[in-house]
Amino acid sequence: MARVVVITSGKGGVGKTTTSAALATGLALQGHKTAVIDFDVGLRNLDLIMGCERRVVYDFVNVINGDANLRQALIKDKRADNLFILPASQTRDKDALTTEGVEKVLTELAEEFEYIVCDSPAGIERGALMAAYFADEAIVVTNPEVSSVRDSDRMLGILASKTRKAEQGEGAIPARLLLTRYSPTRVDKGEMLSVEDVQEILSIDLLGVIPESQAVLNASNSGVPVVHEDGSEAGQAYLDAVARFLGEDRPHRFLVNEKKGFFGRLFGG
Amino acid sequence: MGFLDLFRSSKPKSASLAKERLQVIVTRERAHRSGPDYLPKLHQDILAVIRKYVQVGDDAVQMNLEREGNREILELNIVLPEKG
Repeated sequence: MARVVVITSGKGGVGKTTTSAALATGLALQGHKTAVIDFDVGLRNLDLIMGCERRVVYDFVNVINGDANLRQALIKDKRADNLFILPASQTRDKDALTTEGVEKVLTELAEEFEYIVCDSPAGIERGALMAAYFADEAIVVTNPEVSSVRDSDRMLGILASKTRKAEQGEGAIPARLLLTRYSPTRVDKGEMLSVEDVQEILSIDLLGVIPESQAVLNASNSGVPVVHEDGSEAGQAYLDAVARFLGEDRPHRFLVNEKKGFFGRLFGG
Repeated sequence: MGFLDLFRSSKPKSASLAKERLQVIVTRERAHRSGPDYLPKLHQDILAVIRKYVQVGDDAVQMNLEREGNREILELNIVLPEKG
């Protein structure tokens, strides 16, 4: 049975696509056959983050409409065996994502893949609702910032009532928090919400904390998912999150600022 | 506390302000969300009935759903215009 996981947030620009690429790659590197789907119809970007933008021939909507079959549309990742990307369409309108169409594609993928990662678009419209509808679980990507936390809470409300499982009376699907762009230095100074603050407000389990890191921009610049940069803090934090996703118990890292300079040590607490 | 902290201002840190504001808004929005789907429509209908008799603005009817144990209390607050 394939596990369908939606990467969602409500707010845009918080790291959904980066996280989808990192999680899917991490799962594949662990030997799990994984498909990652871009649900952002009209604004496809997962292909760029995964570095396969020049190999897109057919897309998600082509498969839904029967213009192409899944085998033609799935792009095999060049770096990780076991990893396939289903890109979003760039031209069609959002109504192209019908419930029946999405269900058909997911059912077919489930025959072959262990994990199906759904990269949700921002907002709470059709694309986002469809990305979440068939999910077995959710990862809510949040920045330690007021608008992102509020939107995540809103999204948690949607996950509790608007998924197929919720409609069938199975209640809310499990949702875990992935806090991204975290800066322990700023938290220390009282300028940024701490991971405890965000968890207290959203009251969900924590999957991981990804520190603010130059490596994330470097990774997207070069189209290489950040888990391949395993020397970077962000890459390591994502690999930890993948391990936790797979059930491993790993301590959270990079939560405290360890790089105090000489003056910091002299005058700091 | 470090030596330099003595010279820092004691105004509340912005992170605690953020947390406070979020707790207020998130609590309010959750209460709204957990109410039955028909509440907005009921609100509109009540407003329409009142307008058969007096002209009032959109904010004349305030609805508040509260939960006590396993019963829900719908509180209605209707503000009529002053006679003039």
